Amino acid sequence: MAEYIIETAKGKWEIVVGLEIHCQIISKSKIFSGASTEFGDDPNINVSFVDAGMPGMLPTLNKECVHQAVKTGLGLNAKINKYSEFSRKNYFYADMPTDYQITQFRYPIVGEGEITIDLSDGSTKKIGIERMHIEQDAGKSIHDLSPTKSYIDLNRAGVGLMEIVTKPDFRAPEEAGAFLRKLRSILRYLGTCDGNMDEGSMRCDVNVSVRPYGSDELRSRSEMKNVNSVKFVMQAIENEAKRHIEIYESGGTIEQETRQFDPTTGQSKLMRKKEFAHDYRYFPEPDLPPLILSDEYIDSIRAEMIELPDAKKQRFVETLGLTPYDATVLCENKEHAAFFEKAAAGHDAKKVANWMMSDFFAMLNKKRLDIAQSPVSAENLGNLVELISKEVISGKIAKDVFEIMSETGKSPEKIVEEKGLKQVTDTGAIETIINEVIASNPDNVSAYKNGKTNLAGWFVGQVIKQSQGKANPAIVNKLVREKLDK
Amino acid sequence: MTDITKLTVSEALNALKNKEFTASELTEAYLHNMENERQYNAYITECADIALTQAAEADKHYANGTNRALEGIPLGIKDLFCTKNIRTTAASHILDNFVPPYESTVTQNLLDDGAVFLGKLNLDEFAMGGSNETSYFGPVVNPWSKDKPLVPGGSSGGSAAAVAAHLCAAATGTDTGGSIREPAAFCGITGIKPTYGRCSRYGIVAFASSLDQAGPIAQDVRDCAILLKSMAGFDEKDSTSYKTEVPDFESFMDKDIAGLTIGLPKEYRPDGMNPEICAYWDKAAEYLKARGAKVKEISLPHTKYALATYYVLAPAEASSNLARYDGIRYGFRAEGQHLDDLYTNTRTQGFGAEVKRRIMIGTYVLSSGYYDAYFLKAQKMRRLIYNDFMDAFKQCDVILTPTSPITAFPIGDESMLQNPINMYLNDVFTVSVNLAGLPALSLPIGLSATGLPYGMQLIGKPFDEGTLFSVAAKIETDAKFERI
Repeated sequence: MAEYIIETAKGKWEIVVGLEIHCQIISKSKIFSGASTEFGDDPNINVSFVDAGMPGMLPTLNKECVHQAVKTGLGLNAKINKYSEFSRKNYFYADMPTDYQITQFRYPIVGEGEITIDLSDGSTKKIGIERMHIEQDAGKSIHDLSPTKSYIDLNRAGVGLMEIVTKPDFRAPEEAGAFLRKLRSILRYLGTCDGNMDEGSMRCDVNVSVRPYGSDELRSRSEMKNVNSVKFVMQAIENEAKRHIEIYESGGTIEQETRQFDPTTGQSKLMRKKEFAHDYRYFPEPDLPPLILSDEYIDSIRAEMIELPDAKKQRFVETLGLTPYDATVLCENKEHAAFFEKAAAGHDAKKVANWMMSDFFAMLNKKRLDIAQSPVSAENLGNLVELISKEVISGKIAKDVFEIMSETGKSPEKIVEEKGLKQVTDTGAIETIINEVIASNPDNVSAYKNGKTNLAGWFVGQVIKQSQGKANPAIVNKLVREKLDK
Repeated sequence: MTDITKLTVSEALNALKNKEFTASELTEAYLHNMENERQYNAYITECADIALTQAAEADKHYANGTNRALEGIPLGIKDLFCTKNIRTTAASHILDNFVPPYESTVTQNLLDDGAVFLGKLNLDEFAMGGSNETSYFGPVVNPWSKDKPLVPGGSSGGSAAAVAAHLCAAATGTDTGGSIREPAAFCGITGIKPTYGRCSRYGIVAFASSLDQAGPIAQDVRDCAILLKSMAGFDEKDSTSYKTEVPDFESFMDKDIAGLTIGLPKEYRPDGMNPEICAYWDKAAEYLKARGAKVKEISLPHTKYALATYYVLAPAEASSNLARYDGIRYGFRAEGQHLDDLYTNTRTQGFGAEVKRRIMIGTYVLSSGYYDAYFLKAQKMRRLIYNDFMDAFKQCDVILTPTSPITAFPIGDESMLQNPINMYLNDVFTVSVNLAGLPALSLPIGLSATGLPYGMQLIGKPFDEGTLFSVAAKIETDAKFERI
């Protein structure tokens, strides 16, 4: 990909960015209690005595969350640590009932890994994963219901999170965006996190620093908390980098600090300087023994792994002949990829891909439908392409047929049958129409014969029009020329 | 008729089975004592109505022959165990209005065996203390007090005093650094801290999670065996509870101890130690030798670091465990303009001095910059102390030591109050056991010249409480200690 360089009157700069992403684990119950993780229930409904930090309550580790974390680690091509342990991160806040968060500190469950991102110019880049650990989420503070009070909803308190920390490998805002999309795609494929940034089930902290272009130094970074969309992440990086550069170029220095991104302005504001950083007093969680995973356990989860977007993309390119771009788009979403595979089975895969990425997705967008609710089934889409391939209908008629399919859900064969749209390939019938057209347009015939040969196209068009689009264009083309050249 | 509150649990169980009296009569007798002996300040909350209802229920079980292991036995519960619908304070202002909507596993186990709960027993605030003087509800008076009131030991001071004064048949205690054994010793009765993981910690207000363990305080060794059997057991709600069978501890009482090796750690006999307690220690060893046990000097070389290690690790965990008492969800709340004020005001007013001291120490040793020097080093030392015991147990089966270097001291003792270290020093023989997670039992051995009880401590291998009961039963028989 083209390098992302910020050039000013004084020099060239490059950015160094790392991400920390909190992903809510999909599990029936919370990571250390039996309470439900249901989203959107009335406040403080899904709260156990453990979640509320009642005296004498003890956490117990939810095996389902461990399973999901290992699965995710494998999806990140990462090392699964057979020994990990939980720690307490101590800080006071009203939506953290025990006033400490159970997390993993020195020994996370997942170690180094990497994922490949797909960039807009068709190139790819590998982004390193530093680690991933599991921890509990806090509750929610609601500050805008009363001028003097804050309200607390503990439904989210104790929901399992996976915190994924990348290496500082990003050199462009676009790379960070591509990473988040790829990560979300992998998590959704695995079913370990729903990846909805707008609902907060995936939340991103962004670490930004800059350095003179070509240098390999690492300068002080600022961390922006809870940037909640892919677009905002890219915007936050861009604007924060500019802010750093302005400060450096005016002779200032950047100190490590935590900032809050404001989506309405696209700018960030200072939350706290390094000297006011919390001292979290991490120490091993005495209520939970270390988490020991066996090889058999890890292997059993490995055996459950499904084909992930990169592998699927590669297969689509290599065995189905798709372009890398088409394959990337179709594979980003597991349901899209599955729909495509079903539609393409036994048909021309490239044509099916073209149909999906143009008319089909346009139709879903227009109707605001999820692919699962599509009125056009995968089989019917495949059959439509087949009708074109077999020259039963023309590409032009096919668009009309698709329109009817998306309204009625009927099969293309039935529509072609009912509406009599079957392509005319009977040369006798076509010749009759050609003769009529030639007979009624003597001027154009003589013009053609006097050398205006491109009028052939006009004749073809007239014939197809008179056939109501049903005449096979290739046959019409051939016969028109034969007749005119006679 | 003899005073039925003077009976041990095993005697009372027999009498109840033989219909010599009813559970209701027994409960009423204890309630009567409680009413007459409030000067000990042993109970924080008395629950006569609940007790009488439970006793009536127990009588039904005796009537129809479905009586369970502790049917109708009136117990006192240390006020650190959460008891459903019964106020649970941890002897702290910050929880003085807290009524748990749940039952701790240990107390549930006792209820499931038919026990009757007379009330909630006084203790040091959040079990932090060795004299029961840090309680928000005032000090407990040792029933052995003569001219001036003496401490019962702590933190399970209310439990020990209540058992010694017959204000309950037996009691639950918890032990983080000696909180069962020291008060048992000071009050001339018996208590056992089982192996870490033997009893569930679920529903017990946490002090130091990796050290806390529940256990019984009772009149004699047999009662401890009976109680522990009921209290113990694996609990899936406590990830540190141990999945192992709970033996019939009482059956170990009659087991021969000939051939066992008793270890006497030389580090527990420093120069200048009180000759009285040394003499009792020797005497206890002689009893065991006379019954065919071998007695051997052993070494626990890291003993001198145990107290320092304990007073780093226990406060560290406590500083985190007590963070939840913030005035937000339950318990005492002092209002504040902002959230931070609310926290500060609540905790400033809600906690007593000793609890604050330990929170401060714990916060300090976990702070970045000090973690490695204190917490991490203490953790390493904890491992060495454990290794000391494991090495010692290659040469002996049980370790015999005094429980405490001293006897009960007066309430308000100047030197203890002025320098908390002097108070902490009383734990010198007990804290290693918690650091190593081992079972240890304290039983009375004899009286000092001033007429106060001394206790002996038996330390066992992990999950070998049985051998402790075998050995303790012999010392108990031979020492012929006379309880109040």
